[in-house]
Amino acid sequence: MAQMNMIQALNSAMDISMGRDPSVVVLGQDVGFFGGVFRCTDGLQRKYGEQRVLDTPIAEGGIIAAAIGMGVNGLRPVAEVQFADYVYPAYDQIVSELARLRYRSAGEFYAPVTVRMPCGGGIRGGQTHSQSPEVLFAHVCGLKIAMPSNPYDAKGLLIAAIEDDDPVILFEPKRLYNGPFDGDPTKPAVPWNTHAKGEVPIEHYTVPFGRAEIVRAGSQVTVIAYGTMVHVAEAAAAAAGLDAEIIDVRSIVPLDVDTLCSSVCKTGRCVIAHEATRFAGFGAELAATVMEHCFWNLEAPIQRVAGWDTPYPHAFEWEYFPGQARVAMALKAVMEGR
Amino acid sequence: MKPRLHVPAPPARPGQAPDFSYLQLSPAGELPRPEIGASWRDMGQLATGLVRVLDDSHHAVGAWHPHLDAHELQVGLRHMVLTRVFDDRMVRTQRQGKLSFYMKSTGEEAVAVAAGMALQPGDMLFPAYRQQGLQMVRGQPLVDLMCQLLSNSRDMCKGRQLPVMYHSAKARLFSISGNLATQFPQAVGWAMAAAIKGEDHIAATWTGEGSTAEADFHHALLFASVYGAPVILNVVNNQWAISTFQGTAGGEQNTFAARGPAYGLPGLRVDGNDYLAVYAATRWAADRARTGGGATLIELVTYRAAAHSTSDDPSRYRPRNDHELWPLGDPIERLKQHLIKLGAWSESKHEALVAELDAQVASAWKEALTYGTLNEGPRLDRDLMFDDVFKEMPEHLRRERDMLRRELGQ
Repeated sequence: MAQMNMIQALNSAMDISMGRDPSVVVLGQDVGFFGGVFRCTDGLQRKYGEQRVLDTPIAEGGIIAAAIGMGVNGLRPVAEVQFADYVYPAYDQIVSELARLRYRSAGEFYAPVTVRMPCGGGIRGGQTHSQSPEVLFAHVCGLKIAMPSNPYDAKGLLIAAIEDDDPVILFEPKRLYNGPFDGDPTKPAVPWNTHAKGEVPIEHYTVPFGRAEIVRAGSQVTVIAYGTMVHVAEAAAAAAGLDAEIIDVRSIVPLDVDTLCSSVCKTGRCVIAHEATRFAGFGAELAATVMEHCFWNLEAPIQRVAGWDTPYPHAFEWEYFPGQARVAMALKAVMEGR
Repeated sequence: MKPRLHVPAPPARPGQAPDFSYLQLSPAGELPRPEIGASWRDMGQLATGLVRVLDDSHHAVGAWHPHLDAHELQVGLRHMVLTRVFDDRMVRTQRQGKLSFYMKSTGEEAVAVAAGMALQPGDMLFPAYRQQGLQMVRGQPLVDLMCQLLSNSRDMCKGRQLPVMYHSAKARLFSISGNLATQFPQAVGWAMAAAIKGEDHIAATWTGEGSTAEADFHHALLFASVYGAPVILNVVNNQWAISTFQGTAGGEQNTFAARGPAYGLPGLRVDGNDYLAVYAATRWAADRARTGGGATLIELVTYRAAAHSTSDDPSRYRPRNDHELWPLGDPIERLKQHLIKLGAWSESKHEALVAELDAQVASAWKEALTYGTLNEGPRLDRDLMFDDVFKEMPEHLRRERDMLRRELGQ
């Protein structure tokens, strides 16, 4: 075991994967010599050579297309999109090609590509460095999608992604790279070595897709969250003095419906929290799923906590961010049955 | 003078006389053939001139003459004739309501067949939707192709793709996409992987001149140039993107081949209806790629003699008889005449070949129909709809599969 932040955990995942399997390659903008703008690929090119850790042109569509071709030719590419906000030029290659290649060729061709991208706000990134576009990919059939909330899951999910024969998109909440964050920007930053999930095995392990994690068991209300919002929800529920069951979704596709819905059926109350915008956000899918499975057990309408349906504004970052106050209001509403 | 919006237009519309004076031609045999390792800087004229081997009297001339033996030419001719006969019959069956859709490659057979013949079996091909000649060269069984077209019980795509979107991992023919030009940068990625792994297989890909406008085309040339990828990038300039003339894709101001040198890649502009020229140019680019020289962009100047697809009616946007006046003629006719000049072919042999291949296609069609059509006969198991979305079926798809079973009363 070692203390790692999320960057080191992701780096360790790629390092281990490249060491075990010569077909694993890494490509993206600034990922090579420099080691990535967030340092996630630091040292990999030095260790594995410039043929396996490629700096690419600023062309997300080209990066993903090249990764698909490499995947078809037997490699396991790990492509970094520098910010999730920049993924859109690659949307056609991901949606029409990567996600559907196995299906359209009846299993004869597939590309085991992992796409990593930092997402979320809270770093003063403004509207072009703060987005959480997971639902735009969750709606596409053929992609596995995960968003870790801590270093342990980040490493385990990334190794699982690289070893998976299906395409995977890993959203990395960049506000969590260096430490857990409870949504209060006025408090001093907390490093990962203060958190149990900052303790990470140095060796190979995987966190499987399709499994949510009960972060805290509780009886009064279920809070379903992922990414940064797991920590915000935990803090908000504690501050409210509620015995809340906090569930980290982790794997958006496939979704662990059983863990989510067993909990809500038990507690009878449900709050869903994500950082992405609310309208047609992934929370809508979660709410519909919970309703379908738990309707007769619900004591109150399901509450959703999300970013506002505006772009992420630079000057009003913390008014936009779904912090503890917004979660607290949802908790109050769901407990009062309103 | 004021700025004025320029809107490119074809030289002739329906009812007007076809006019191909815009087409820049070079006499056969005129252009030099550079050494395989030459710099792209020293071959600018190849991107604006036209590489041609067969002259107007059907002799092979000049430095690009590939000196193939007569037997090899006969094999190429056979694949081209098979492609045409196949296309013709498939359109007829579409008109009879047996197929939902089809796309002919009439007039463009050499673009696929000669290139396919110049490549090695281990080379990976990323075609667009109009290179069925590659399927013929790689020996794909006609019945398999037809079953794909019919989306029937033996469809290689399990009923998931529109007609003509074939694939074969075994024959190294990549799955054809309906989204244009996406295969172009994918082929570059495949070639990059071949280089990373130290293999000497190369990739070749095709796209139409219309879809060079997609960002994927730019990505492909850029990545191919940056990484020296062993790939051949073919632009099939058949003058028309459905109803849109090649000028609207940028062909009016400069050739498509000229985009190669702009990226530091050789650009070859080739007579796409000249089997020998297509073969020679492909072979040159393949040898260059295989020996570490990187990628080549080849523009194949040809003409889409038929409609874009069975859903298209070109008489609404271009003169009816224009393809008969196309200055570069017909690829099958030209190779046929060349073989006759060589004393290795005759009109009667040709007629016999057409009859033989027509019978072969007819018999394959008869067999394919026994496996069903889109609307009649044996069908694929509906459960297959849920397979291959992922390698292993996740719970939510199992649930949906079961819902469909209940919906169908099973």
